[in-house]
Amino acid sequence: MDSVAYRQPAWLRVAALVFVLFWLVLAAFPFLWTVWGSFKVEADFMSRQTWLNAIFGAKTTLQTGAPFTGDNYYGAWVTTGLWRSVANTIIVTLAVTVISLTFGTLGGYALARSGRRYSFFILIAALVFRAMPHITLVSGYLLPFFQLNIWGFIPTAIIVLVAINQPFTLWMLHSFFLSIPKDLDESAMVDGCTRFQAFRLAVIPVMWPGVITTGLFSFLLGYNDFAVTSMLLSENNQTMVPKIASFLGSIEQTGQIMYAVAAVVSATVPLFILVIVFQGQIVSGLTAGAGPR
Amino acid sequence: MMFILPSALAMLIFIALPVISVAVQSLFIEHDKVMVKVQSCTPFGCTDDVQIDNAATQALNKNEPLGKFNGFGTFLDRNHLATSEIGAILSRNSGLADAAGRIYALPFYRALSFTLCYTFVVTPLAMLLGFLIALAINGLPGYIKGPVIFFSLLPMIITPLVGSLIVYWMINGDAILGATLQQIFNDPNLYLRASPVLTWVVLLVYGIWTNGPFSFVVFYAGLQTVPQDTLESAMIDGASRWDRVRLVIVPHLAPLATFVGMVQLMDNFRVFEPIVGFNAQANATSLSYSIYSDLNGQFSQLFNSAAATSMLTIVGVIILLIPVLIRTWREFNLKVV
Repeated sequence: MDSVAYRQPAWLRVAALVFVLFWLVLAAFPFLWTVWGSFKVEADFMSRQTWLNAIFGAKTTLQTGAPFTGDNYYGAWVTTGLWRSVANTIIVTLAVTVISLTFGTLGGYALARSGRRYSFFILIAALVFRAMPHITLVSGYLLPFFQLNIWGFIPTAIIVLVAINQPFTLWMLHSFFLSIPKDLDESAMVDGCTRFQAFRLAVIPVMWPGVITTGLFSFLLGYNDFAVTSMLLSENNQTMVPKIASFLGSIEQTGQIMYAVAAVVSATVPLFILVIVFQGQIVSGLTAGAGPR
Repeated sequence: MMFILPSALAMLIFIALPVISVAVQSLFIEHDKVMVKVQSCTPFGCTDDVQIDNAATQALNKNEPLGKFNGFGTFLDRNHLATSEIGAILSRNSGLADAAGRIYALPFYRALSFTLCYTFVVTPLAMLLGFLIALAINGLPGYIKGPVIFFSLLPMIITPLVGSLIVYWMINGDAILGATLQQIFNDPNLYLRASPVLTWVVLLVYGIWTNGPFSFVVFYAGLQTVPQDTLESAMIDGASRWDRVRLVIVPHLAPLATFVGMVQLMDNFRVFEPIVGFNAQANATSLSYSIYSDLNGQFSQLFNSAAATSMLTIVGVIILLIPVLIRTWREFNLKVV
């Protein structure tokens, strides 16, 4: 795109730049605003008088003596026990990611190497399952789970999220394993390896880029879920997102909406870090034509 | 191969079986309360009374948790397809607007109309936004691209509930955007909760905001593979910049666009968290949200009503899915041949 013939006229470059800047503000401003505002009191964050209060913290200075306050975070993490939900979230997302990847790697590898007709039907079924709204599945779980007495426990939510995650993981790893040449593991088998040894010795060492990319999306699914975790976990086992939702009912009335703001910011930070560290993998995962998300 | 077993089993037990469970549940309905006749006597004589027998009701619910068989009754009742109400409205109404208004008052059709509106407004507009951002960034110098991609990813990967809360707190009556809107429209009573129109617009804009980046990333990657020869020959033939976009770039991206479009249609059809986050259920509900509110009932969970809505939702998903299935089928057969 460097040749003179491709160079855009000045007005078009300016228009493009303005549009991109506009989008940047649109994409970033809500986050910056909320992070900044989470260190203010409610009277500033939702100031009737002027939004400048939210920036300079006029009421915050009056009420707490400084333009920034950590009270919201103390209230959310300690007073309302967000730390417990954070611990649950760590357990759930880690377990979901690891188990999803284990199942998905084995399954995706099998589907990519088998030319049988049934592997196609498994993929089609996965596509249909992938489209099911999660809440419809939840309405199928509740009654059986009550009967079996497994409702409310963290392992239940984990295995359900793993299953919901499988269609996507399977598709993504299937297309990734298709891109690893068959010769690699077949020559290992010619040399006397069993199928599993060939997988362990020849395929596992080269599969990490695809697995990491898929793992990011498994992590996001477990972390971002609301439908499953809010309906299947008892109050003590709640993860962060349903906990935040429960804030809305109880806290808004008592005027402690800032606890929820602090909790929301706390829940956003890991995602920020994820994008900073793994930006390349996320983009490549989205664009690899990974099939259905 | 054995390798597929864990994955296949997980999907079978936790996706296929629940769908069957939903189908079964939708055919049943909660038990009636068990009534007993009680004779209560006062000095002035005895009267027969009918009371709820709580113990017997609980025992019945415990023994037959599914409830009693109801066939397609739940599907046809007022809270779902409302066939008799629709019939009455269609046979007697004063004009199209009246009929539409009365149909919209029925819970299922209210949820369906917002769901469809969201799906078919957000999907194309988010794709257009993504395409425009991709085109605009493509012509800019390299050092600006990294930060733009970083910030663009945020609205997409943010937890849906958290993202909608962040926007909701800004557009709340007293907060920065809400107060600005009140000033622009010169209406101090313009609140999200009080205005159905504002609620719909905000939800749709939020949907475009959070869905646009996915199209952007995919289209931006697609732009890197536009055949340069074709672009050059188009220029030699005198194609203007706009012609090149229209005749070379858009056709090149068309297969990607169908892929993105189909994925987004399916995802947007299940719109749910924004309605919780924006506290919008008074003005806009979706199919997923009505299932959630049935299951989350304050007094009792309406499993059967939720199951019936779930079945209707699944039918909708499958209709949306048919083009995807046909495409996958064709691709697979191409690959085999």
